[in-house]
Amino acid sequence: MLRLPSFKYLQPKTLKEALAMKADAGPDGMYVAGGTDLYPNMKRRHQEPRTVISLMAIPELKRLEGWNVGTCVTLTELSNLPTFQHSYPAVAHAAALVSTPLLRNMGTLGGNLCLDTRCNYYDQTYEWRKAIDFCMKKDGHICWVAPSSPRCWAVSSSDVAPVAVAIGAEFLLVGPQGERVIPAGRFYHNDGINYLTKQPDEILVEVRLPAPDGWDAVYHKLRRRGSFDFPVLGVAAWVRREGGRVTDARIVLGGVASWPQEIPEAAAALRDGELGDDAIAAAAAAAYRPAKPLDNTDFDLSWRKQMTRVYVKAALEELRQRRG
Amino acid sequence: MRPDSKAKIAFELNGEPVEVAFAPHKTLLEVLREDLALTGTKHGCELGECGTCTVLLDGAPVLSCLVLGLACERRRVKTVEGLAQGSRLHPLQEAFAALGAAQCGYCTPAFLLTADALLADNPSPNRDDIKQALSGNLCRCTGYIKIYEAVELAAARLRGEKAEPARESLYGRR
Repeated sequence: MLRLPSFKYLQPKTLKEALAMKADAGPDGMYVAGGTDLYPNMKRRHQEPRTVISLMAIPELKRLEGWNVGTCVTLTELSNLPTFQHSYPAVAHAAALVSTPLLRNMGTLGGNLCLDTRCNYYDQTYEWRKAIDFCMKKDGHICWVAPSSPRCWAVSSSDVAPVAVAIGAEFLLVGPQGERVIPAGRFYHNDGINYLTKQPDEILVEVRLPAPDGWDAVYHKLRRRGSFDFPVLGVAAWVRREGGRVTDARIVLGGVASWPQEIPEAAAALRDGELGDDAIAAAAAAAYRPAKPLDNTDFDLSWRKQMTRVYVKAALEELRQRRG
Repeated sequence: MRPDSKAKIAFELNGEPVEVAFAPHKTLLEVLREDLALTGTKHGCELGECGTCTVLLDGAPVLSCLVLGLACERRRVKTVEGLAQGSRLHPLQEAFAALGAAQCGYCTPAFLLTADALLADNPSPNRDDIKQALSGNLCRCTGYIKIYEAVELAAARLRGEKAEPARESLYGRR
């Protein structure tokens, strides 16, 4: 039976209280929201905090004000909001594709954005990992996916993160030094271990979405089953259009790197033209080249890479259909 | 509180107030089974990958293996033990039994509760609504069809219709 290690559980009512508790707990303290990522990890002894600080009783984190969303809003709440289904269909859709309805009732927006990177050699029990010798992400020194690699290649597996980066959302972080607001794209490092630029004592408080005017976005997800599974590939595509012409675009891939991977070459292929077949094919080809999935998640490696082209094309065709 | 001392909380369990003391790092699943002796809620993967430990928390289906007992203070928990009224089975339980929607039965409590939450929210779900609502619960025996049919039958009966199992559901296609 997989049990949680013992720890002290705290339920602060304000952000200030939460920060003070984290300062008291030091490096052995961790924040938790829905717990659907942290608790399985704790059961497998990936993370072993002595103090767990729940953010779920802090009203500020559940706030929905205009286009600003508190990070403790659950994924179910986010995907069901009529305003979001209308104005941010890509965000609502990505949230609705995370895992299962049960886990979406528990998991939060912030939790999905901070999701631990995943790998076939990491997301295993302590005993499994010990049996083949631990990897560098936890307790060991080697990367079992690329044994000569100096870095960890665990995969960014969030569905909402690629969308947040693609549409240019901003994140409000609050820490002991005060507040800061950063673009979603600067929230992530391309490193399987140190995958967030957020400091451990900072709290991701709010996601600020851009006003829904003149742009559209879609999210497509590849996985083995229609439910449960993390993305093996996620494609978030964003375009700004004026009179049918694309004036700006962003393509961001999930599941192919340790961060949501922006593909500027694909966006460049779309700029200053119509969303025609040629532009879409050029963008899909441009996204195919830099996508470097590694053999650390489900499905065959080369097939996953080929699917990049197929999924980027499908995402852009959906955007074209939705126009006007 | 020291990590090794017991915590005591009060919450509503199947419509009745309970108080229970347990080690503070225990999950709701462990508290229900080990400290409250309610073993209707089943252990599955314990990692959020199967749905077998589903209970309703404030009416919403959640995985009790990933909810801390301490997070349930003053909240409303419903387990499979809370479905039947005395010796009378819940319409969902009757329909599951009549249609063979339970085979080995291990996932059944979770399916019953997830379906119960669906019907509370939407008394007339279509097949797609049911599929979507139950898409977080794994069943390795039935192939799901019997489960969908049972939920449809129970939904009709709960709406007050005199529904009977389809002949095809009971005897197969002739």
